[in-house]
Amino acid sequence: MNDMRIVERDVETNDVKIAAKNVQVHYGDTHAIKDVDVEIEDKTVTAFIGPSGCGKSTFLRCINRMNDTIDVCRVQGDIRIDGDDIYDRAVDPVQLRAKVGMVFQKPNPFPKSIYDNVAYGPRIHGLAKNKADLDDIVENSLRRGAIWNEVKDRLHAPGTGLSGGQQQRLCIARAVATEPEVLLMDEPCSALDPIATAQVEELIDELRANYSVVIVTHSMQQAARVSQKTAFFHLGNLVEYGETGQIFTNPVDPRTESYITGRIG
Amino acid sequence: MTDASMDNAAAPKSGLTVVDERTRKRNAAEKRFQYYGIAAISIGLLFLLFLFGSILRSGLPAFTQTVVDVEFALTQAQIDEAESKMLKTKAYENFFIAALSEQLEERGMDVAFDAKAIERIVGKTGGTIRSHFQANPSDVGSRVSFELAASSRVDGYMNGRITRDTLVDSRFLMLTDLDLVDALEDAGIIHGAFNWNFITGTDSGVDNPGGAGLGASVIGSFFMMLVVLFLSLPIGVAASIYLEEFAPKNRWTDLIEVNISNLAAVPSIVFGILGLAVFIQFAGLPQSAPLVGGLVLTLMTLPTIIISTRASLAAVPPSIRDAALGVGASKMQSVFHHVLPLAMPGILTGTIIGLAQALGETAPLLLIGMVGFVAREYPDGFLAGFTDANSAMPAQIYTWASRADPGFYEKAWGGIIILLLFLITMNTIAVILRRRFERRW
Repeated sequence: MNDMRIVERDVETNDVKIAAKNVQVHYGDTHAIKDVDVEIEDKTVTAFIGPSGCGKSTFLRCINRMNDTIDVCRVQGDIRIDGDDIYDRAVDPVQLRAKVGMVFQKPNPFPKSIYDNVAYGPRIHGLAKNKADLDDIVENSLRRGAIWNEVKDRLHAPGTGLSGGQQQRLCIARAVATEPEVLLMDEPCSALDPIATAQVEELIDELRANYSVVIVTHSMQQAARVSQKTAFFHLGNLVEYGETGQIFTNPVDPRTESYITGRIG
Repeated sequence: MTDASMDNAAAPKSGLTVVDERTRKRNAAEKRFQYYGIAAISIGLLFLLFLFGSILRSGLPAFTQTVVDVEFALTQAQIDEAESKMLKTKAYENFFIAALSEQLEERGMDVAFDAKAIERIVGKTGGTIRSHFQANPSDVGSRVSFELAASSRVDGYMNGRITRDTLVDSRFLMLTDLDLVDALEDAGIIHGAFNWNFITGTDSGVDNPGGAGLGASVIGSFFMMLVVLFLSLPIGVAASIYLEEFAPKNRWTDLIEVNISNLAAVPSIVFGILGLAVFIQFAGLPQSAPLVGGLVLTLMTLPTIIISTRASLAAVPPSIRDAALGVGASKMQSVFHHVLPLAMPGILTGTIIGLAQALGETAPLLLIGMVGFVAREYPDGFLAGFTDANSAMPAQIYTWASRADPGFYEKAWGGIIILLLFLITMNTIAVILRRRFERRW
């Protein structure tokens, strides 16, 4: 692993896509996220790192309001995507989730065909006018998920019959099929072998051209490899947020340094 | 006992090929446990075998019927003569007896018999013969074959329920009549035949077990099951989806949940008296109607369906819901497009098991008046099937079993065979549906 690469990487500045201010999350009596302020840029891969239970996944799930499905979870504060408050009463979480795609830790294709897996989102959002249109969307999404060549001959085989890495790329293709602007990834490679991980990481780098990608990861090497910005969470606090190179080579906060050098976590 | 303990440090070192004391004990315990299991299953199978054996042994005679088969012709003159008499059916009966003795003589058998004995064996035959000739005037003058059902005592004698030793002389059957029965049997006039009337017929009077059939009760059960299926499936599934997927988890839903579980354990007779009070006395629905029976059984089946549906919904992995929500499906879309299809096999199995349970339920039906003797005729028409007084299979079986005439005893067993056939069919359907809808994830 060539760590020098990180320092040398150019960092372009982009527009702010997601702006969070004063975010507090409570699970019942537990205060899971404390006062998080963060500005996530467009066309950038942002990595959330931190020890288990530090709140990084919880914060990620705030961005597409997946926490709404948990009864005891309360979110306070202000999260804006392109200036719109996503916790506004007028915002329908269903519409939001079409705009903010999500890929989960464990590959979770629907128990349907590969084609139907990808076509489901566009179908329920009415993105395709006809069958040919839908075929195009499916093909494009699978190409963007870097899995088209492997499955083009068996689009009607069950998605659950693919290997783990293929399933995860299928899930990414499914997420991009609804034309999201933000892609959230919750430890997308933790269930994959190193080869599949490399493929998915390469894919994440390509996706950066079109989306704002936020990835939660336990692997610091992975964060270093794929992200331009890194946020370090600890015990519900956002400890440090900055350029990935700077976080890994020259952290400001002693807790960040302890974590990346393996002393806490 | 099987847990490792710390005090084995003192034990001498031994090779892997030598089985030490502790391992030997552990293995023995495991073996013993397996033997217990095999013994338990064997006992269960033995009981099952015994059950099936006794059901078949006692029930199969209900499907056969002893008939007296006589062929004879009547001329127009004979009919006119009979019609001119005061006791018309008696005259027809005399023709029948004459034909019978003629046929016995033809075969060279000489048995003394009188009209009374014939009446005890086949009952009063005159009416049947007369109505046959009235309905088919063209048969006059040609030879007609009559198959008349023998009385239940003769039936019992033929299939071994009654022997010469156990028969007590009564107005139903005398010991001397049995000589005649034997002679008629040797002559091939009395023989067994398949009793279609048992499957298609309706209930008979208390002194005529031979004429009793389960048909009307099967229809009653069918209409009840229609009501149960069309009420309990949608209500049960909708309630479970709401409780499992949409309802907030708070004190109220907890209370509802506990009560549903409790309802599943409420004795069925409680539902029966509830149905009597609410549906018949308060709502004024007709007594003994399959509609009311269906409503009562719906109340009884709902908890079963709700519990099994909720269990199968809960068994769908949450990752599927996350995936659907993640691509922007609404809560309802995620449930109906993804969760429900995956839970389908479990829901169907639960529903059919609930229906099968309802099909065999007797106590609540007795309370709302669906007792066996009500099933004296078929409902006329589909809608009347719901509201006409009728019985159901288990209630009919219960009524037969409680009647004095031992002929009804075998009818009850025969009814149980038919009921079990329906249950086996329903369970087979459940298995097939489960296989068909089963998907892996």
